[in-house]
Amino acid sequence: MKYRSAFDIIGPVMIGPSSSHTAGAARIGRVARTLFGKQPKKAIISLYGSFAKTYRGHGTDVAVVGGILDFDTDDERIPASLTIAEEAGMEVSFTIEDTVTDHPNTVKIRLFDEDKELELVGISIGGGTIEITELNTFKLKLSGENPAILVVHNDVFGIISSVSTVLANHEINIGHMEVSRKEKGQMALMVIEVDQKIQGDVMKEIEGLENVSQVIRMVE
Amino acid sequence: MFRNVAELVELAESKNVKIAEIMILQEMEFSGLSREQIIEKMDRNLTVMEQAVERGLKGVQSVTGLTGGDAVLLQNYIKSGKALAGNLLLDAVSKAVATNEVNAAMGMICATPTAGSAGVVPGTLFAVKEKLNPTRAEMIEFLFTSAAFGFVVANNASISGAAGGCQAEVGSASGMAAAAIVELAGGTPSQAAEAMAITLKNMLGLVCDPVAGLVEVPCVKRNAMGASNAITAADMALAGITSRIPCDEVIDAMYKIGLTMPVALRETAEGGLAATPTGRKLAKEIFGSYK
Repeated sequence: MKYRSAFDIIGPVMIGPSSSHTAGAARIGRVARTLFGKQPKKAIISLYGSFAKTYRGHGTDVAVVGGILDFDTDDERIPASLTIAEEAGMEVSFTIEDTVTDHPNTVKIRLFDEDKELELVGISIGGGTIEITELNTFKLKLSGENPAILVVHNDVFGIISSVSTVLANHEINIGHMEVSRKEKGQMALMVIEVDQKIQGDVMKEIEGLENVSQVIRMVE
Repeated sequence: MFRNVAELVELAESKNVKIAEIMILQEMEFSGLSREQIIEKMDRNLTVMEQAVERGLKGVQSVTGLTGGDAVLLQNYIKSGKALAGNLLLDAVSKAVATNEVNAAMGMICATPTAGSAGVVPGTLFAVKEKLNPTRAEMIEFLFTSAAFGFVVANNASISGAAGGCQAEVGSASGMAAAAIVELAGGTPSQAAEAMAITLKNMLGLVCDPVAGLVEVPCVKRNAMGASNAITAADMALAGITSRIPCDEVIDAMYKIGLTMPVALRETAEGGLAATPTGRKLAKEIFGSYK
Protein backbone atom coordinates (compact mmCIF):
# COMPACT_ATOMS: atom_id res chain seq x y z
CA MET A 1 0.00 0.00 0.00
CA LYS A 2 1.40 3.34 -1.07
CA TYR A 3 -0.75 5.35 1.34
CA ARG A 4 -0.76 4.10 4.91
CA SER A 5 -1.96 6.95 7.08
CA ALA A 6 -5.29 8.77 7.43
CA PHE A 7 -3.17 11.94 7.31
CA ASP A 8 -1.95 11.08 3.79
CA ILE A 9 -5.59 11.57 2.78
CA ILE A 10 -6.73 14.36 5.15
CA GLY A 11 -3.56 16.40 4.94
CA PRO A 12 -1.03 17.79 4.58
CA VAL A 13 -1.75 21.27 5.84
CA MET A 14 -0.10 23.28 3.13
CA ILE A 15 0.26 26.47 1.15
CA GLY A 16 -1.76 26.11 -2.08
CA PRO A 17 -2.45 25.56 -4.83
CA SER A 18 -1.53 21.91 -5.55
CA SER A 19 -0.78 19.00 -3.23
CA SER A 20 1.24 17.16 -5.86
CA HIS A 21 2.78 20.14 -7.66
CA THR A 22 3.31 22.41 -4.64
CA ALA A 23 3.35 20.40 -1.38
CA GLY A 24 4.87 17.25 -2.94
CA ALA A 25 7.43 19.36 -4.79
CA ALA A 26 8.38 21.12 -1.54
CA ARG A 27 8.79 17.76 0.20
CA ILE A 28 11.12 16.44 -2.51
CA GLY A 29 13.17 19.64 -2.25
CA ARG A 30 13.36 19.24 1.50
CA VAL A 31 14.54 15.61 1.27
CA ALA A 32 17.31 16.79 -1.06
CA ARG A 33 18.23 19.49 1.46
CA THR A 34 18.24 17.01 4.35
CA LEU A 35 20.44 14.60 2.41
CA PHE A 36 22.79 17.44 1.46
CA GLY A 37 22.98 18.33 5.13
CA LYS A 38 23.17 22.09 4.73
CA GLN A 39 22.07 24.94 2.54
CA PRO A 40 23.73 24.53 -0.88
CA LYS A 41 25.42 27.32 -2.81
CA LYS A 42 23.79 26.28 -6.05
CA ALA A 43 20.72 24.30 -7.13
CA ILE A 44 19.86 23.06 -10.61
CA ILE A 45 16.27 21.85 -10.86
CA SER A 46 15.03 19.86 -13.86
CA LEU A 47 11.29 19.44 -14.31
CA TYR A 48 9.64 16.66 -16.32
CA GLY A 49 6.14 15.76 -17.54
CA SER A 50 3.24 17.57 -15.91
CA PHE A 51 5.73 19.38 -13.64
CA ALA A 52 7.41 20.80 -16.77
CA LYS A 53 4.11 21.81 -18.38
CA THR A 54 2.40 23.48 -15.43
CA TYR A 55 5.09 24.47 -12.93
CA ARG A 56 4.46 28.19 -13.18
CA GLY A 57 0.76 27.89 -12.48
CA HIS A 58 1.23 25.48 -9.60
CA GLY A 59 4.17 27.22 -7.98
CA THR A 60 6.25 24.04 -8.37
CA ASP A 61 9.35 26.18 -8.84
CA VAL A 62 8.93 28.18 -5.62
CA ALA A 63 7.91 25.01 -3.77
CA VAL A 64 11.02 23.00 -4.73
CA VAL A 65 13.23 25.95 -3.81
CA GLY A 66 11.28 26.40 -0.57
CA GLY A 67 11.98 22.76 0.25
CA ILE A 68 15.68 23.24 -0.49
CA LEU A 69 15.57 26.18 1.95
CA ASP A 70 14.21 23.66 4.50
CA PHE A 71 10.64 25.04 4.49
CA ASP A 72 7.81 22.66 5.39
CA THR A 73 4.66 22.40 3.19
CA ASP A 74 2.75 24.88 5.37
CA ASP A 75 5.51 27.50 5.51
CA GLU A 76 4.08 30.82 4.39
CA ARG A 77 7.47 31.87 3.02
CA ILE A 78 7.11 29.38 0.11
CA PRO A 79 5.63 31.90 -2.38
CA ALA A 80 8.66 34.18 -1.81
CA SER A 81 11.28 31.42 -1.85
CA LEU A 82 13.05 32.55 -5.04
CA THR A 83 13.76 35.96 -3.51
CA ILE A 84 14.72 34.40 -0.18
CA ALA A 85 17.15 32.05 -1.96
CA GLU A 86 18.72 34.96 -3.80
CA GLU A 87 19.12 36.95 -0.58
CA ALA A 88 20.67 33.89 1.06
CA GLY A 89 23.21 33.64 -1.75
CA MET A 90 21.86 30.44 -3.23
CA GLU A 91 22.04 30.37 -7.01
CA VAL A 92 19.00 28.65 -8.54
CA SER A 93 18.36 27.59 -12.12
CA PHE A 94 15.61 25.58 -13.80
CA THR A 95 15.62 23.37 -16.87
CA ILE A 96 12.43 22.19 -18.54
CA GLU A 97 12.85 18.68 -19.93
CA ASP A 98 11.00 16.93 -22.76
CA THR A 99 12.13 13.43 -21.83
CA VAL A 100 9.20 11.15 -21.02
CA THR A 101 9.56 9.75 -17.51
CA ASP A 102 7.82 6.82 -15.81
CA HIS A 103 5.76 9.16 -13.65
CA PRO A 104 4.29 12.46 -14.93
CA ASN A 105 5.36 14.44 -11.85
CA THR A 106 9.12 14.02 -11.84
CA VAL A 107 11.85 16.40 -10.70
CA LYS A 108 15.62 16.06 -10.67
CA ILE A 109 17.46 18.22 -8.15
CA ARG A 110 21.21 18.82 -8.19
CA LEU A 111 22.76 20.62 -5.23
CA PHE A 112 26.30 21.94 -5.00
CA ASP A 113 28.72 23.79 -2.79
CA GLU A 114 32.53 24.02 -2.64
CA ASP A 115 33.11 20.53 -1.37
CA LYS A 116 30.16 18.38 -2.31
CA GLU A 117 27.36 17.74 -4.72
CA LEU A 118 24.19 15.68 -4.71
CA GLU A 119 21.76 14.53 -7.36
CA LEU A 120 18.30 13.30 -6.50
CA VAL A 121 15.24 12.30 -8.53
CA GLY A 122 11.82 12.36 -6.89
CA ILE A 123 8.24 11.80 -7.97
CA SER A 124 5.08 13.27 -6.51
CA ILE A 125 2.41 10.59 -6.67
CA GLY A 126 -0.64 12.55 -5.47
CA GLY A 127 -2.02 14.22 -2.38
CA GLY A 128 1.44 15.40 -1.33
CA THR A 129 2.90 11.90 -1.03
CA ILE A 130 6.33 11.51 -2.65
CA GLU A 131 8.90 8.87 -3.51
CA ILE A 132 12.62 9.30 -4.04
CA THR A 133 13.56 7.17 -7.04
CA GLU A 134 17.23 8.02 -7.57
CA LEU A 135 20.10 9.29 -5.47
CA ASN A 136 23.51 10.16 -6.91
CA THR A 137 22.59 8.16 -10.03
CA PHE A 138 21.89 5.13 -7.84
CA LYS A 139 18.35 3.88 -8.50
CA LEU A 140 16.44 3.39 -5.26
CA LYS A 141 14.18 0.45 -5.85
CA LEU A 142 11.72 1.20 -3.11
CA SER A 143 8.34 -0.43 -3.46
CA GLY A 144 6.91 2.43 -1.39
CA GLU A 145 4.79 -0.19 0.31
CA ASN A 146 6.96 -0.79 3.37
CA PRO A 147 8.74 1.57 5.74
CA ALA A 148 12.23 2.30 4.45
CA ILE A 149 15.35 4.13 5.57
CA LEU A 150 18.45 5.31 3.81
CA VAL A 151 21.77 5.06 5.61
CA VAL A 152 24.70 7.10 4.36
CA HIS A 153 27.97 5.64 5.61
CA ASN A 154 31.66 5.16 4.99
CA ASP A 155 32.53 2.10 2.93
CA VAL A 156 34.24 0.03 5.65
CA PHE A 157 33.97 -3.60 6.71
CA GLY A 158 31.39 -4.56 9.32
CA ILE A 159 29.11 -1.58 8.79
CA ILE A 160 26.28 -3.60 7.25
CA SER A 161 26.24 -6.02 10.17
CA SER A 162 26.32 -3.16 12.71
CA VAL A 163 23.23 -1.61 11.15
CA SER A 164 21.36 -4.89 10.82
CA THR A 165 22.23 -5.77 14.44
CA VAL A 166 20.55 -2.58 15.67
CA LEU A 167 17.43 -3.47 13.69
CA ALA A 168 17.52 -7.06 14.96
CA ASN A 169 17.84 -5.86 18.56
CA HIS A 170 14.62 -3.90 18.09
CA GLU A 171 12.92 -6.91 16.45
CA ILE A 172 12.62 -5.14 13.12
CA ASN A 173 12.67 -7.49 10.14
CA ILE A 174 14.47 -6.48 6.93
CA GLY A 175 12.38 -7.24 3.83
CA HIS A 176 14.72 -5.84 1.19
CA MET A 177 18.15 -4.24 1.28
CA GLU A 178 20.52 -2.71 -1.23
CA VAL A 179 24.00 -1.33 -0.80
CA SER A 180 25.96 0.78 -3.21
CA ARG A 181 29.07 2.92 -3.42
CA LYS A 182 30.73 5.15 -5.93
CA GLU A 183 34.28 4.13 -5.12
CA LYS A 184 35.85 1.60 -2.78
CA GLY A 185 36.45 3.10 0.66
CA GLN A 186 34.40 6.23 -0.05
CA MET A 187 30.84 7.21 0.78
CA ALA A 188 28.30 4.42 0.43
CA LEU A 189 24.55 4.05 0.69
CA MET A 190 22.31 1.44 2.20
CA VAL A 191 18.60 1.32 1.46
CA ILE A 192 16.67 -0.88 3.85
CA GLU A 193 13.01 -1.80 3.59
CA VAL A 194 11.54 -3.24 6.74
CA ASP A 195 8.27 -4.75 7.94
CA GLN A 196 7.79 -2.62 11.06
CA LYS A 197 7.72 1.13 11.55
CA ILE A 198 11.15 2.39 12.62
CA GLN A 199 10.81 4.68 15.62
CA GLY A 200 12.93 7.77 16.16
CA ASP A 201 15.09 6.20 18.86
CA VAL A 202 16.13 3.38 16.51
CA MET A 203 17.02 5.93 13.84
CA LYS A 204 19.17 7.78 16.40
CA GLU A 205 20.87 4.56 17.46
CA ILE A 206 21.84 3.78 13.86
CA GLU A 207 23.00 7.35 13.31
CA GLY A 208 25.20 7.02 16.39
CA LEU A 209 27.11 4.06 14.94
CA GLU A 210 30.71 4.58 13.96
CA ASN A 211 31.11 5.37 10.24
CA VAL A 212 27.43 6.21 9.77
CA SER A 213 26.99 9.83 8.76
CA GLN A 214 23.23 10.06 8.17
CA VAL A 215 20.01 8.12 8.49
CA ILE A 216 16.96 9.33 6.59
CA ARG A 217 13.43 8.05 6.58
CA MET A 218 12.43 7.39 2.97
CA VAL A 219 9.01 5.83 3.50
CA GLU A 220 6.99 6.19 6.72
CA MET B 1 -6.52 -3.62 8.17
CA PHE B 2 -8.92 -3.05 5.27
CA ARG B 3 -7.94 -3.19 1.62
CA ASN B 4 -11.23 -2.20 0.03
CA VAL B 5 -14.62 -0.69 0.82
CA ALA B 6 -16.27 -4.11 1.26
CA GLU B 7 -13.76 -5.02 3.99
CA LEU B 8 -14.13 -1.59 5.60
CA VAL B 9 -17.92 -1.91 5.80
CA GLU B 10 -17.66 -5.51 7.01
CA LEU B 11 -15.21 -4.50 9.76
CA ALA B 12 -17.39 -1.63 10.96
CA GLU B 13 -20.61 -3.65 10.87
CA SER B 14 -19.17 -6.75 12.54
CA LYS B 15 -17.71 -4.66 15.37
CA ASN B 16 -20.80 -2.47 15.44
CA VAL B 17 -18.74 0.73 15.27
CA LYS B 18 -18.53 3.69 12.94
CA ILE B 19 -16.21 3.67 9.93
CA ALA B 20 -14.39 6.57 11.59
CA GLU B 21 -13.49 4.24 14.47
CA ILE B 22 -11.97 1.65 12.09
CA MET B 23 -9.78 4.38 10.57
CA ILE B 24 -8.70 5.62 14.02
CA LEU B 25 -7.80 2.07 15.13
CA GLN B 26 -5.78 1.50 11.96
CA GLU B 27 -3.99 4.83 12.39
CA MET B 28 -3.08 3.89 15.98
CA GLU B 29 -1.64 0.60 14.79
CA PHE B 30 0.25 2.15 11.88
CA SER B 31 1.67 5.19 13.67
CA GLY B 32 2.17 3.87 17.19
CA LEU B 33 0.53 7.08 18.45
CA SER B 34 -2.19 7.13 21.10
CA ARG B 35 -5.84 7.77 20.27
CA GLU B 36 -5.58 11.21 21.90
CA GLN B 37 -2.55 12.16 19.81
CA ILE B 38 -4.27 11.11 16.59
CA ILE B 39 -7.49 12.98 17.45
CA GLU B 40 -5.37 16.02 18.36
CA LYS B 41 -3.64 15.87 14.98
CA MET B 42 -6.94 15.71 13.09
CA ASP B 43 -8.33 18.52 15.26
CA ARG B 44 -5.51 20.74 13.97
CA ASN B 45 -6.44 19.89 10.37
CA LEU B 46 -10.06 20.76 11.17
CA THR B 47 -8.95 24.15 12.52
CA VAL B 48 -7.03 24.87 9.30
CA MET B 49 -10.18 24.02 7.31
CA GLU B 50 -12.30 26.36 9.45
CA GLN B 51 -9.83 29.19 9.03
CA ALA B 52 -9.66 28.69 5.26
CA VAL B 53 -13.46 28.82 4.90
CA GLU B 54 -13.64 31.86 7.15
CA ARG B 55 -11.00 33.63 5.07
CA GLY B 56 -12.65 32.66 1.78
CA LEU B 57 -16.05 33.91 2.93
CA LYS B 58 -14.55 37.32 3.55
CA GLY B 59 -13.46 37.38 -0.10
CA VAL B 60 -10.05 36.58 -1.58
CA GLN B 61 -8.52 37.05 -5.02
CA SER B 62 -5.85 34.92 -6.67
CA VAL B 63 -2.70 36.58 -8.02
CA THR B 64 -3.92 36.15 -11.60
CA GLY B 65 -7.41 37.43 -10.80
CA LEU B 66 -8.95 34.36 -12.47
CA THR B 67 -10.70 33.26 -9.29
CA GLY B 68 -11.94 34.75 -6.03
CA GLY B 69 -15.03 36.38 -4.63
CA ASP B 70 -17.57 33.80 -5.79
CA ALA B 71 -18.08 32.37 -2.30
CA VAL B 72 -19.17 35.83 -1.15
CA LEU B 73 -21.54 36.26 -4.12
CA LEU B 74 -23.23 32.98 -3.29
CA GLN B 75 -23.56 33.80 0.44
CA ASN B 76 -25.20 37.13 -0.44
CA TYR B 77 -27.55 35.34 -2.83
CA ILE B 78 -28.56 32.85 -0.13
CA LYS B 79 -29.31 35.78 2.21
CA SER B 80 -31.54 37.38 -0.45
CA GLY B 81 -33.96 34.48 0.00
CA LYS B 82 -34.30 33.99 -3.76
CA ALA B 83 -32.29 30.77 -3.96
CA LEU B 84 -33.95 27.96 -5.89
CA ALA B 85 -31.86 25.13 -4.41
CA GLY B 86 -31.96 24.53 -0.65
CA ASN B 87 -29.85 26.79 1.52
CA LEU B 88 -27.85 23.90 2.98
CA LEU B 89 -26.80 22.78 -0.50
CA LEU B 90 -25.78 26.27 -1.57
CA ASP B 91 -24.03 26.87 1.73
CA ALA B 92 -21.92 23.74 1.06
CA VAL B 93 -21.15 24.96 -2.45
CA SER B 94 -20.18 28.39 -1.16
CA LYS B 95 -17.90 26.98 1.54
CA ALA B 96 -16.25 24.57 -0.89
CA VAL B 97 -15.63 27.48 -3.25
CA ALA B 98 -14.29 29.57 -0.34
CA THR B 99 -11.66 26.93 0.45
CA ASN B 100 -10.52 26.57 -3.13
CA GLU B 101 -10.37 30.32 -3.61
CA VAL B 102 -8.00 30.51 -0.64
CA ASN B 103 -5.99 27.64 -2.13
CA ALA B 104 -5.75 29.40 -5.51
CA ALA B 105 -4.52 32.51 -3.69
CA MET B 106 -1.65 30.43 -2.24
CA GLY B 107 -3.28 30.52 1.18
CA MET B 108 -3.11 27.80 3.81
CA ILE B 109 -5.45 24.83 3.39
CA CYS B 110 -5.63 21.16 4.33
CA ALA B 111 -5.46 18.78 1.34
CA THR B 112 -8.53 16.49 1.27
CA PRO B 113 -7.27 14.37 -0.45
CA THR B 114 -5.48 16.92 -2.65
CA ALA B 115 -5.23 20.71 -2.64
CA GLY B 116 -7.12 21.08 -5.92
CA SER B 117 -10.01 19.14 -4.38
CA ALA B 118 -9.66 20.60 -0.88
CA GLY B 119 -13.05 22.34 -0.90
CA VAL B 120 -15.52 19.47 -1.00
CA VAL B 121 -14.92 17.77 2.37
CA PRO B 122 -14.83 20.92 4.53
CA GLY B 123 -17.51 22.66 2.42
CA THR B 124 -20.03 19.88 2.99
CA LEU B 125 -19.02 19.38 6.62
CA PHE B 126 -19.50 23.02 7.61
CA ALA B 127 -22.83 23.23 5.76
CA VAL B 128 -24.26 20.00 7.21
CA LYS B 129 -23.02 21.17 10.61
CA GLU B 130 -25.64 23.95 10.60
CA LYS B 131 -28.43 21.37 10.41
CA LEU B 132 -27.07 18.42 12.40
CA ASN B 133 -25.25 20.39 15.14
CA PRO B 134 -22.44 17.85 15.60
CA THR B 135 -19.99 18.02 18.50
CA ARG B 136 -16.33 18.82 17.77
CA ALA B 137 -15.57 15.10 18.25
CA GLU B 138 -18.19 14.17 15.65
CA MET B 139 -16.73 16.66 13.19
CA ILE B 140 -13.33 15.07 13.67
CA GLU B 141 -14.94 11.66 13.08
CA PHE B 142 -16.34 13.04 9.80
CA LEU B 143 -12.75 13.61 8.68
CA PHE B 144 -11.68 10.08 9.68
CA THR B 145 -14.63 8.59 7.76
CA SER B 146 -13.59 10.65 4.73
CA ALA B 147 -10.02 9.47 5.23
CA ALA B 148 -11.06 5.79 5.30
CA PHE B 149 -12.78 5.99 1.92
CA GLY B 150 -10.03 8.17 0.44
CA PHE B 151 -7.49 5.67 1.72
CA VAL B 152 -9.11 2.88 -0.33
CA VAL B 153 -9.27 5.04 -3.47
CA ALA B 154 -5.65 6.22 -3.08
CA ASN B 155 -4.35 2.68 -2.71
CA ASN B 156 -6.57 0.89 -5.23
CA ALA B 157 -6.92 3.63 -7.83
CA SER B 158 -5.43 7.13 -7.69
CA ILE B 159 -5.95 10.55 -6.16
CA SER B 160 -3.66 12.31 -8.63
CA GLY B 161 -5.02 14.46 -11.47
CA ALA B 162 -1.82 13.88 -13.41
CA ALA B 163 -2.35 10.13 -13.14
CA GLY B 164 -6.15 9.81 -13.26
CA GLY B 165 -7.77 13.13 -14.18
CA CYS B 166 -10.16 15.21 -12.08
CA GLN B 167 -12.32 12.14 -11.37
CA ALA B 168 -9.40 10.98 -9.17
CA GLU B 169 -9.30 14.31 -7.30
CA VAL B 170 -12.70 16.00 -7.05
CA GLY B 171 -14.37 12.65 -7.81
CA SER B 172 -12.60 10.99 -4.88
CA ALA B 173 -13.15 14.00 -2.59
CA SER B 174 -16.86 14.04 -3.36
CA GLY B 175 -17.24 10.32 -2.72
CA MET B 176 -15.36 10.66 0.57
CA ALA B 177 -17.57 13.58 1.61
CA ALA B 178 -20.80 11.78 0.66
CA ALA B 179 -19.86 8.76 2.77
CA ALA B 180 -18.93 10.94 5.74
CA ILE B 181 -22.18 12.95 5.50
CA VAL B 182 -24.16 9.69 5.63
CA GLU B 183 -22.31 8.57 8.74
CA LEU B 184 -22.71 11.95 10.46
CA ALA B 185 -26.44 11.90 9.65
CA GLY B 186 -26.79 8.52 11.35
CA GLY B 187 -26.66 6.24 8.29
CA THR B 188 -25.08 2.78 8.33
CA PRO B 189 -21.61 1.90 7.01
CA SER B 190 -23.28 0.20 4.00
CA GLN B 191 -25.25 3.36 3.26
CA ALA B 192 -22.01 5.36 3.45
CA ALA B 193 -20.48 3.03 0.84
CA GLU B 194 -23.56 3.38 -1.37
CA ALA B 195 -23.27 7.18 -1.18
CA MET B 196 -19.59 6.99 -2.18
CA ALA B 197 -20.46 4.70 -5.12
CA ILE B 198 -23.32 6.93 -6.33
CA THR B 199 -21.16 10.06 -6.14
CA LEU B 200 -18.12 8.62 -7.88
CA LYS B 201 -20.29 7.11 -10.64
CA ASN B 202 -21.45 10.60 -11.49
CA MET B 203 -17.91 11.87 -11.83
CA LEU B 204 -16.32 9.08 -13.86
CA GLY B 205 -14.39 10.33 -16.85
CA LEU B 206 -13.97 13.86 -15.51
CA VAL B 207 -10.76 15.21 -17.01
CA CYS B 208 -8.09 17.45 -15.46
CA ASP B 209 -7.74 20.41 -17.83
CA PRO B 210 -6.60 23.44 -15.83
CA VAL B 211 -6.42 26.68 -17.78
CA ALA B 212 -2.79 27.85 -17.88
CA GLY B 213 -1.98 24.94 -15.57
CA LEU B 214 -3.38 26.91 -12.66
CA VAL B 215 -5.50 25.32 -9.95
CA GLU B 216 -8.24 27.87 -10.63
CA VAL B 217 -10.32 27.33 -13.78
CA PRO B 218 -12.20 24.98 -13.68
CA CYS B 219 -10.98 23.56 -10.35
CA VAL B 220 -12.84 25.96 -8.06
CA LYS B 221 -16.22 25.34 -9.71
CA ARG B 222 -15.57 21.59 -9.93
CA ASN B 223 -15.36 21.65 -6.13
CA ALA B 224 -18.70 23.46 -6.10
CA MET B 225 -20.27 20.69 -8.18
CA GLY B 226 -18.51 18.03 -6.15
CA ALA B 227 -20.04 19.39 -2.94
CA SER B 228 -23.54 19.47 -4.34
CA ASN B 229 -23.07 16.01 -5.86
CA ALA B 230 -21.94 14.66 -2.48
CA ILE B 231 -24.94 16.03 -0.60
CA THR B 232 -27.40 14.77 -3.21
CA ALA B 233 -25.84 11.29 -3.22
CA ALA B 234 -25.81 11.21 0.60
CA ASP B 235 -29.52 12.00 0.64
CA MET B 236 -30.16 9.32 -1.98
CA ALA B 237 -28.30 6.70 0.07
CA LEU B 238 -30.07 7.77 3.28
CA ALA B 239 -33.37 7.39 1.40
CA GLY B 240 -32.44 3.75 0.86
CA ILE B 241 -31.26 3.96 -2.75
CA THR B 242 -28.37 1.64 -3.58
CA SER B 243 -25.83 1.54 -6.38
CA ARG B 244 -26.25 -1.42 -8.76
CA ILE B 245 -22.46 -1.40 -9.22
CA PRO B 246 -20.67 -2.01 -5.88
CA CYS B 247 -18.43 0.79 -4.57
CA ASP B 248 -15.17 -1.14 -5.07
CA GLU B 249 -16.04 -1.83 -8.71
CA VAL B 250 -16.83 1.85 -9.27
CA ILE B 251 -13.41 2.73 -7.82
CA ASP B 252 -11.79 0.16 -10.10
CA ALA B 253 -13.65 1.59 -13.10
CA MET B 254 -12.39 5.05 -12.18
CA TYR B 255 -8.82 3.71 -12.06
CA LYS B 256 -9.10 2.04 -15.46
CA ILE B 257 -10.68 5.11 -17.05
CA GLY B 258 -7.74 7.13 -15.68
CA LEU B 259 -5.24 4.74 -17.25
CA THR B 260 -6.80 5.17 -20.68
CA MET B 261 -7.21 8.93 -20.40
CA PRO B 262 -5.03 10.87 -22.88
CA VAL B 263 -2.07 12.76 -21.37
CA ALA B 264 -3.54 16.02 -22.71
CA LEU B 265 -6.40 15.59 -20.23
CA ARG B 266 -4.28 14.73 -17.19
CA GLU B 267 -3.02 17.96 -15.69
CA THR B 268 -0.80 19.01 -18.57
CA ALA B 269 -2.90 22.06 -19.55
CA GLU B 270 -2.85 20.85 -23.17
CA GLY B 271 -6.44 19.72 -23.67
CA GLY B 272 -10.05 20.32 -22.67
CA LEU B 273 -10.84 23.77 -21.27
CA ALA B 274 -7.14 24.67 -21.23
CA ALA B 275 -7.06 24.25 -25.03
CA THR B 276 -10.14 26.37 -25.80
CA PRO B 277 -9.54 29.73 -27.52
CA THR B 278 -10.33 31.57 -24.28
CA GLY B 279 -8.27 29.13 -22.21
CA ARG B 280 -5.25 29.73 -24.43
CA LYS B 281 -5.82 33.47 -24.48
CA LEU B 282 -5.94 33.62 -20.67
CA ALA B 283 -2.77 31.54 -20.47
CA LYS B 284 -1.04 33.92 -22.86
CA GLU B 285 -2.17 36.96 -20.90
CA ILE B 286 -0.91 35.47 -17.66
CA PHE B 287 2.40 34.05 -18.82
CA GLY B 288 3.18 36.07 -21.95
CA SER B 289 5.20 33.61 -23.97
CA TYR B 290 3.17 30.64 -22.73
CA LYS B 291 1.59 28.87 -25.73
